[in-house]
Amino acid sequence: MIHLLKQRINRWSILTTVIALLLTIPLWVLVSFVFEPTNDNWAHLSNTLLPEYIINSLWLMLGVTIGTLLLGIPCAWVISQYQFFGKSVLHWALLLPMAMPAYIIAYTYTGLLEFEGPVQTALRTIFETQTVNLWFPEIRSLGGAILMFSLVLYPYVYLLARTSFANQSQSVMHASRTLGAGPYKTFFKVALPIARPAIIAGLTLALMETLADFGTVQHFGVATFTTGIYRTWTGFGDTTTAAQLSILLLVFVIVLMAIEFWSRKQARYFTGHNQPLNHALPTLTGRKSALAFMICLVPILFGFILPALQLLNWSITVADTQLNAEFFTLVWNSFSLAFITALITISIALLLLYVKRIQHNPLIDNTVRIAGLGYAIPGTIIAVAVIIPFAWFDNTLDGWAREHLGISTGLLLSGTLFALVFAYCFRFLSVALQSIGSGLAQIKPSMDESAKTLGANNWVILKRIHIPLLSSSLITAFILVFVEVLKELPTTLILRPFNFNTLSVRTYEMAADERLADAGLPALLIVITGLIPVIILSKMIGKRHA
Amino acid sequence: MRELHIHQINSQHQNTLILDNITLHLNAGEIGCLLGPSGCGKTTLLRTIAGLQPISQGEILLGEQLVSSTNTHLATESRKVGMVFQDYALFPHLNVEDNIRFGITNFSKTQQQERITTLLELVDLSGKEKRYPHELSGGQQQRVALARALAGKPQILLMDEPFSGLDVELRENLARQVRCILKTEGITALMVTHNQNEAFAIADSVGVMNAGKLLQWDTSYNLYHEPNHPFVADFIGQGVLIKGTVSSCCQVETELGRLKTNVCDDFSPNQAVSVLVRPDDIIHNDDSTWQLEVVNRVFRGSHFLFTLKLGNGEKVLCMSQSHHDHAIGSKIGVTLEMDHAVVFPLQENTPQESKE
Repeated sequence: MIHLLKQRINRWSILTTVIALLLTIPLWVLVSFVFEPTNDNWAHLSNTLLPEYIINSLWLMLGVTIGTLLLGIPCAWVISQYQFFGKSVLHWALLLPMAMPAYIIAYTYTGLLEFEGPVQTALRTIFETQTVNLWFPEIRSLGGAILMFSLVLYPYVYLLARTSFANQSQSVMHASRTLGAGPYKTFFKVALPIARPAIIAGLTLALMETLADFGTVQHFGVATFTTGIYRTWTGFGDTTTAAQLSILLLVFVIVLMAIEFWSRKQARYFTGHNQPLNHALPTLTGRKSALAFMICLVPILFGFILPALQLLNWSITVADTQLNAEFFTLVWNSFSLAFITALITISIALLLLYVKRIQHNPLIDNTVRIAGLGYAIPGTIIAVAVIIPFAWFDNTLDGWAREHLGISTGLLLSGTLFALVFAYCFRFLSVALQSIGSGLAQIKPSMDESAKTLGANNWVILKRIHIPLLSSSLITAFILVFVEVLKELPTTLILRPFNFNTLSVRTYEMAADERLADAGLPALLIVITGLIPVIILSKMIGKRHA
Repeated sequence: MRELHIHQINSQHQNTLILDNITLHLNAGEIGCLLGPSGCGKTTLLRTIAGLQPISQGEILLGEQLVSSTNTHLATESRKVGMVFQDYALFPHLNVEDNIRFGITNFSKTQQQERITTLLELVDLSGKEKRYPHELSGGQQQRVALARALAGKPQILLMDEPFSGLDVELRENLARQVRCILKTEGITALMVTHNQNEAFAIADSVGVMNAGKLLQWDTSYNLYHEPNHPFVADFIGQGVLIKGTVSSCCQVETELGRLKTNVCDDFSPNQAVSVLVRPDDIIHNDDSTWQLEVVNRVFRGSHFLFTLKLGNGEKVLCMSQSHHDHAIGSKIGVTLEMDHAVVFPLQENTPQESKE
């Protein structure tokens, strides 16, 4: 027993545990607020706004479920089953909306559909009416938010459904045909049910993003948890209520995580060991080919091309005045912040994964798993959860220094870049863990063992075998974290140091001031950078299918 | 249950001929088997019968019905063929019972239940109705796949390498069980395999295919003893080809002596030919004065397989009982026991030790 404990507790396991604990402090702090008594704000909230938050969140989830399924599944089906005109481009172009953060597409559609916008102007010209009486659906509404989320989040459903459809053994579908089922029965009774766990997994990811969103619902005036937390925090400075709201939102997230976990487990049973398709896909021609093309074009058109054109249009209009030193400071701030965060995050991820690999220790496995929980937690919650302990630390230290040393240490942690980078690291560590982890999994243990028999120690193995072999997944992880940081709005908004602006914050501020055109340039830059991981993703999928 | 009639069919894939002028006939209730190396087109042939692949020439008839021709293609779901796939292709989201039910939803509820019960008994899986495919062993999955394919009383049952995913010890046993089931149900069936023991265990007629051609469609016995093509001779059983010269009518001169043949008209006198010699043609006999040198020996458990060198350097195979061990280099006595020789036109590359 003692021997076993000694084996488990060594400097490596202590190091990883300490890192994981430090990184997850926000989570533990948040959980501690479950036991905190509620205050007056909470009482007020639970009577008035809380039911609205819950109902709006449920409506959003229901709407986004329908929207992403309707957009994602038909595309996944035609792409995985048929050859048709334009497929070679469409199959990756369907991922493009992933580069478009929901809050940015919300701003562009506000601009496109407002009274002065191109759509209503065109309609007035066509119908030759100058009156305001022309009824037009209000995009800044719950329904509008659902539409926005569906347009940028359907790729999760599309991607997982497509993989599932493509991996379904073709003989299963042929078996259905030999048993007398036609194409429709085969789709609804065989292909769709088998893909169901994968589709649900993709859907839960989309729903987690929906719950985590702040920018869209704030702009559209849809009161949800994230706007509520933000309001409680910035408006009332009420940490306790903000934390308690966060916990309530976390309950939603945890349910989704559980569903996702269960679905993935189910999906493994449902796909199993299937041979890749070796029979050529049937080619569609004529009207059917056109229909398949349109099915795939619609989401790309409305989820990426139109909003991107609108952003481009705005950027060109304001380029003369906006492309100035202030803008470049903005770019520098954003990029250097993202760069440093990505570097630190992948270093931590590499360290944790490497220790996990050489230690074969369930304690470390679980520690790493907990450290990777951040991805599921909305940025607003993380921001609140980081501020609370950091502020406590600053106040305590300041109080102690005043008392014993007679000096004020001021704010050491809160309101600094450190707090921001820390929050990002916690939130995006799992992105790095996943990417590097899958790369590390491909380096077989026998490689380590053979290196050891050749006299290499762990350090030499890391330096001469793992890092060279891992370089591509390290770069991927770096880019993914970099772009996530660049896009992240609520965390940055709440935690940024005074007067420190980034591209995402500027986009938000301009949109909040109804200066949509001025939001175009920073938004466009975010979208363009966001394209890089989308390209990497589509390349990785292409390689897997080749 | 119907007869299957395939007449001179061709099938193409991207300008390569996968099936080349195939003709075969399977009587109602008969079990046929297609044997051949991978890539020979046997699975494609099965898929054309199922309607999963079009044909470019010829005709396929199920009973009286024309299902495939140059300009006819009855959809798979309308053909009433049962098919057992190599990976079983069980529906992972349905349990055993619902997998079997899938093709018979047009039956009344009681009929469905009756059929399911009968089939599960037949394949010896009673009590496993509610299990899901991933909870079953490979052999059990295979039997569910068989039951599912049989449920709708198909006109013909097609099986694509149905035993390939199973342990070697299981295969022959299961093949015999499947034969028993098919005969009980009186099903016309066509199976594809690359394992001749399976084929012999299950089939009434066996076809050997190579490079898209059906070389011989015959009984197992004839395939072994009367191969009509050097490829068939090589693929079925073991044996070697030695050189010979046709001497006179129905006789061929070889290093083993003068042998009788039963194909006289195909060859002219003095023509150089290849003669098939099976290991069971040469009998080990310690008393024999005819002594040959052992150049190789393989212990096979139940017997030894010796490679013996003839006077002119050609090699033949010989089996002996497993306690008759002789060292390489020593000489052993043999006698020839060959009814008649199988003769082919002279082959360039004489197959030596052929595969299992």
